[in-house]
Amino acid sequence: MKGNGVTGNANPLRRVGALVDGARDWWEHAKAWQRYAVYLGAVVFALILPAPAIGTFMSPGSDWTTVLIYPIGTYILLAVGLNVVVGQAGLLDLGFVAFFAMGGYSVAYFGTEYGWNYWATAVMGIAMAAVSGVILGAPTLRLRGDYLAIVTLGFGEIVRITANNTDEIGGARGITNVPHPTDIPGVVDFGLLPAPYYYLIVIAIVLVIIFSVRLQKSRVGRAWAAIREDEDAAELMGVPTFKFKLLAFAIGAMIGGLAGGLHAGRAVFIEPNTFPFILSATILAAVVLGGAGNLPGVILGAFVIAWLPERFREVNWLKDLLGRDPAEYRILLFGGVLVLMMALRPEGLLPSRRRKAELHEGTGGMGTMGAEVTGPDTDVSTEAAK
Amino acid sequence: MLDDFLNQFLPSTVGGLVFGSIYALVALGYTMVYGVLRLINFAHSEIFMIGTFTSLVVITAIAPASPLTGIALFGVMLLIIVLSAAVSGGAAILLELVAYRPLRRKGATRLTALISAIGASLFLQELFALVIIPWLTGKPGRNQQSSPRLVDRDTVFSIGNADVRTDHIIVVVAAVIMMIALDRLVNRTKIGRGIRATAQDPEAAVLMGVSIDNIVRVTFLLGGAMAGVAGALYLMEFENTVYNVGFVLGIKAFTAAVLGGIGNLRGALLGGIVLGLIENWGAIFLGSEWKDVIAFTVLVVVLMFRPTGILGESLQKARA
Repeated sequence: MKGNGVTGNANPLRRVGALVDGARDWWEHAKAWQRYAVYLGAVVFALILPAPAIGTFMSPGSDWTTVLIYPIGTYILLAVGLNVVVGQAGLLDLGFVAFFAMGGYSVAYFGTEYGWNYWATAVMGIAMAAVSGVILGAPTLRLRGDYLAIVTLGFGEIVRITANNTDEIGGARGITNVPHPTDIPGVVDFGLLPAPYYYLIVIAIVLVIIFSVRLQKSRVGRAWAAIREDEDAAELMGVPTFKFKLLAFAIGAMIGGLAGGLHAGRAVFIEPNTFPFILSATILAAVVLGGAGNLPGVILGAFVIAWLPERFREVNWLKDLLGRDPAEYRILLFGGVLVLMMALRPEGLLPSRRRKAELHEGTGGMGTMGAEVTGPDTDVSTEAAK
Repeated sequence: MLDDFLNQFLPSTVGGLVFGSIYALVALGYTMVYGVLRLINFAHSEIFMIGTFTSLVVITAIAPASPLTGIALFGVMLLIIVLSAAVSGGAAILLELVAYRPLRRKGATRLTALISAIGASLFLQELFALVIIPWLTGKPGRNQQSSPRLVDRDTVFSIGNADVRTDHIIVVVAAVIMMIALDRLVNRTKIGRGIRATAQDPEAAVLMGVSIDNIVRVTFLLGGAMAGVAGALYLMEFENTVYNVGFVLGIKAFTAAVLGGIGNLRGALLGGIVLGLIENWGAIFLGSEWKDVIAFTVLVVVLMFRPTGILGESLQKARA
């Protein structure tokens, strides 16, 4: 395997990376049929994943299929959406949950007040999320990246508080009796059983992944990479940076809205507290942990962050040791992981090569910090530059 | 509507000044760190939270049977302020050491640093909610913790229908004193010159013999101490705190810093007061449940039309 050269390294995270590099080399040189075999394997894996045999280990305490839908599937969908904004365009969005809320509230509101068909409300949710993404992005995307982060955070809070204070959409009580997805006669009935929702979310994830990969390989994806690496240079080379940033925002928002619509259709009940800031932070942690910009990494990150707290909830000795539900420690852990990852391996567990190189060169988002002058004690990592 | 506004205008102004003073003190920390490191210290709100809890512990330990007056009040206030400032300042230095220094060494991007800051913020909040608050108070960590009353709510004088109380005066006067002291420190002392030099041009500052690490540490210490003072005043005024008390207040203080012109110390004062007033006046029309929305909208609007803030962003020039 290719990573042998770094096995002596003391940093365990880098050893993980070395293993991954081997797999990636294989993938890059894989033939078309090999790749399709992997795709097929992934789809088959997703289809048999809800099997009870897997569930008894993965989630002994609660219904595995339900856990697969929320949090796991929903987090993956959100993470893929946030990855467009953070990983591909290099914009830090701390209010991503706002778009999730837009989708959820659109489905709930148009479904209950006007009795629209679920699929129409879902499309409406995606559209509303995209519009709100543009409304938020248009005035703020000209700002420096770190300002953008705070403005999006404020926007997320504005949406939540507004939902909380507006009685037309249920106020603090939220909206109940959100209609389930409309049945497709003879094919699928959406009732209380979780399985149809699981397959629905799998379809959504697959579509969004294909969409995202195609985008990344297109002119748009290259423009995003250029913006991420050096916005001024991109602008000088004729990339309309503002337009592309707005596009990234809108596409990320659409995926968030889609996730919100799916969630509302299954959960039947949404309230403002379904959409707290901490969810934005959790999804960000998933994207960063997995490796912003690299879809397999992002999906892995979302899976781990969604699944681990659910799993640890069932570990009895841990429960006895801590004296409370171990899942309560998840945010503490996410916070610590974010700090550690940024210090040791800012590119995440499964980074894209390009992103990794960028982060070690000090490009790759918002420029460098002030007051960082190379001195004799500066640890300049050169080995990671390639 | 207009009658309401006129009726409530003066009381709201007093409330706005009190809030604004606290925003301003917290904003100083954001502004100083941003000036030196070009980094939004997202975990600064937790430094403020630590200040409120330090004060809570001290007030509970002293446990005045009745609110204090005169020299006793002065002494206790001073003690609380000094201790909170010390603990918060220490926490800020520790934060810099753990969350930012390793990144600075590697020349990390600002995106990386900001994510680290968010991680540190979540970590500190949860650490307090799960471990430290139950240990300090013996109550569940996610509950509101209330403190005994330290200062009587006596009306000292009235302007129109607005009563100005002792506690209002203490908050505003203490905040102004701290800000003048900080302004003097940054503009008159050698260490202050180092801070200004680093903000202007870190490389040239190093060549002139400024120790960047020292300056960064002092910047975090000063910003943290100001947040600690703000925490003490907040607890004295509102008499309760909670593990995530810093979250919304932190965003608002950051808004204040941007509003006044980030990196600009006097701008932070102005921004804090202006934000406090806008928020309170706006709440007369819309109701106080919209206060936070008003503040965040101000942030978006300011960034749209004048991203450099009221006093301008040229921190180096404004301070030099």
